[in-house]
Amino acid sequence: MNGRRHGQELVRVYVRTGGRVRPSRELGLVTLVIAANAPLQGLDVEARRIAGLCRSQRSLSIGEIAAHLNLPPSAVKILVSALIDSGHLTVPPAPQQGDAPDIDLVREVLNGLRALRA
Amino acid sequence: MSNDSGPAQISYLPPTVNRSAKILIAGHFGVGKTTLVGSISEIEPLRTEEPITQASTAVDDLTQLPQKDETTVALDFGRLTLNERLVLYLFGTPGQRRFWPLWDDLAHGALGALVLVDTRRLDESDAVLAFMEERDLPYAVAVNEFTGARRFPAHEIRQALDLAPHTPLLLCDARARDACLDALITLVHYLAHRLEIRP
Repeated sequence: MNGRRHGQELVRVYVRTGGRVRPSRELGLVTLVIAANAPLQGLDVEARRIAGLCRSQRSLSIGEIAAHLNLPPSAVKILVSALIDSGHLTVPPAPQQGDAPDIDLVREVLNGLRALRA
Repeated sequence: MSNDSGPAQISYLPPTVNRSAKILIAGHFGVGKTTLVGSISEIEPLRTEEPITQASTAVDDLTQLPQKDETTVALDFGRLTLNERLVLYLFGTPGQRRFWPLWDDLAHGALGALVLVDTRRLDESDAVLAFMEERDLPYAVAVNEFTGARRFPAHEIRQALDLAPHTPLLLCDARARDACLDALITLVHYLAHRLEIRP
């Protein structure tokens, strides 16, 4: 890991986010996104890489996008947010996790873990 | 970081998965967080790197780091698809106080945390436990049993870590999948119980 190089990279990402410094919507590391199959022409390089990685029938989390593309999660949130605004990406049509964990979700996680252990 | 090499094998989630949950695997450096994530993740564990500036760092052991204006913090994480619609992510979370700015983002929306401890270095877990308690993030403590480490009775570990009576404490070999799953089950069972008695 080389901090100096990483820093320059972040500056480039910042430029490619069009100078935006925070996402236009609330996205977390585990927010799932899918592609909306919009044309990629006209997108900046990093945005195009993200849109190109996503699939329409297969979701990925923000954290996974960041890891696969070697981009800082904070930058990916800004770029994904813009790609959702522009209609290139979308979040799956279902309840995403809210701020406070609810009992149904926790029970479902518990049952899922127990099934893996069996 | 090289952007030239193509992405590693990407494991997409099936289209039915539309909900995600997050659990933190916390602990000090070298306690076995990455090992645990690797033991149970269904995908090769992934890593992201987030720059943090020293303006937000100050306190702890920065003397051990080369002086520079910016450092990066690496997050290792793994994934478990729990059923056709739900996926769980496990984030290995570095415990040092200087990473706390990043922690707020990590802790946001997390169900809870499994705090790994090493009985040879219990004092190093203080910062991690303090963070949990300040954020009211519920946690269980798992003692990663290192070969050759002295075994201590549970009540001594509880006392040394100043754990609340209700905080689960268990033993765990971070290299063993079933032991790691059992630790997570203990944590999530505790989380469910908390929500049931305190809806």
